[in-house]
Amino acid sequence: MSLITELVILVLAAWVGIEVISKVPQMLHTPLMSGTNAIHGVVIVGAILVLGAAAGGTVETICGIVAVAFGAANVVGGFVVTDRMLQMFRRRPEPPKENEG
Amino acid sequence: MMRDDLIEIAYLVAAFCFILGLRWLSSPRTARKGNLVAALGMLIAIVATLVDGRVVGYMWIAIAAFVGGSIGALVARRVQMTAMPQLVALLNGLGGGAAALIAISEYHVAGAAGEERLGAVIAVSVMFSTIVGSISFAGSLVAFGKLQELLPGRPITWPAQKLINGLGAVVVLGLAAYASFNIYDPLLWLAAVLALLLGVSAVLPIGGADMPVVIAFLNACTGLAAAATGFALGNSLLIIAGVLVGASGTLLTQLMSKAMNRSVASVLFGAFGGGGGSGSGVSASGEALPVFEISASDLAAQLVYARRVMIVPGYGLAVAQAQHPVRELADLLIERGVTVAFAIHPVAGRMPGHMNVLLAEADLPYDQLLEMEEANPDFPQTDIVLVIGANDVVNPAARDDENSPLYGMPILEVDNAENVIVFKRSMASGFAGVENMLFHDPKTRMLFGDARKSLTQLVQDVQAV
Repeated sequence: MSLITELVILVLAAWVGIEVISKVPQMLHTPLMSGTNAIHGVVIVGAILVLGAAAGGTVETICGIVAVAFGAANVVGGFVVTDRMLQMFRRRPEPPKENEG
Repeated sequence: MMRDDLIEIAYLVAAFCFILGLRWLSSPRTARKGNLVAALGMLIAIVATLVDGRVVGYMWIAIAAFVGGSIGALVARRVQMTAMPQLVALLNGLGGGAAALIAISEYHVAGAAGEERLGAVIAVSVMFSTIVGSISFAGSLVAFGKLQELLPGRPITWPAQKLINGLGAVVVLGLAAYASFNIYDPLLWLAAVLALLLGVSAVLPIGGADMPVVIAFLNACTGLAAAATGFALGNSLLIIAGVLVGASGTLLTQLMSKAMNRSVASVLFGAFGGGGGSGSGVSASGEALPVFEISASDLAAQLVYARRVMIVPGYGLAVAQAQHPVRELADLLIERGVTVAFAIHPVAGRMPGHMNVLLAEADLPYDQLLEMEEANPDFPQTDIVLVIGANDVVNPAARDDENSPLYGMPILEVDNAENVIVFKRSMASGFAGVENMLFHDPKTRMLFGDARKSLTQLVQDVQAV
């Protein structure tokens, strides 16, 4: 990939990111943080590439193992905890009935 | 090559899932679905990477992913909602550490392949990822330690701190520059270790009250480190995902520091928050200021006959584990025909939006929770405000007293309401160590004691009225 292509991707992604994230209400900022946290766990992709490559020497293997483990914990932990939080957000079930005596 | 194209398409789908997932986070109704879509995108990305032609060995990947994933899942399932900021800090640190390790490996791989030096783009991204990833790793762990109370929450300072940190930063950059013009140079390790120390010494002087800003900032750092890793590996998905997170972290950092009336720079570089401050309720002239108390039973009677009640929860509510009693109280009052709403300050809790999560956990419907901008116009029509475990975010000095360190911070203007009831353990001052004149206002009544016990008593008394 050329540097220009990468920079185009960078700028467009930043733009989309700002647009999309500025619409997230304050109420959901904690799940937003833990969710984006899980998304940056995508470094696990890089870690897999490093660890899985044939030419891996000792340094790469050790770095790669730790990086994959970190990335996996980051991804799984992030998505699981975000789901736990979001399932708690509920609306008022039914409009309260006016049957007070 | 055919397979590589398919992998690129899978990455595109994954990026689309991430963006859609974030888009759906804009409403609590679609948010859970959004998180699942983002997780699906991650799964697609990981599977696509596993079939990449460059990946030949799977054993270590499987073992490491299994161990890391299990620990992540276990911790995420067990963690208390009050401990969410710690968990986010910890996971954030892991991501930053992973990014730094990948960059260091890339550097070694290039050396082992006999390259004389890295290309300019790769060199810059490897160095950026190593340094920022290391800072984020160490800084997040210190933030974790402070939030988990393994380390003291107050700012830890030492002489010439800024000078030492500044010199450290210069040395790190110098080492990184040197390493990028050479290949396979162990000096990169030294740069990484110094960057770790820099992360530690940068976060240690930041007080517990400023942690929301710090976590958001470190979140942005890890995102950008991941994006830099994408440049180093020529991987578009890492760039997109990293930048998305970078954007989110940056926005939240700005938002939080605005809500605390601090510039980002003053949070990161000026030790403040959780400082001394006696807060003994003494006026400028030295005489004790009056404080009016109220009993739970008197308050119960007032509440039942009120038309509008606003509840202002602060982190003290969560510390006292009083979310459930407060929800019970709200339900009881609503049954009696009282209009009840909750006013949430953006920095209530230990991270952005934390209080909303804590109240949602107690089954409070989210349409009852008002943001500061919605709540403030309502206070003049409110009969009773219950301030529970909040202090600085309702301090009128932030609006009126130019000499107050809080001056200019947006607050919940509870003193515009008819009556204010403050639930408080004692007369101690808030996180910022600033005296709160609201407590001495003639329309304010204090209900002293543990918030949970007070609320439980109040629920009983309301039932009895």
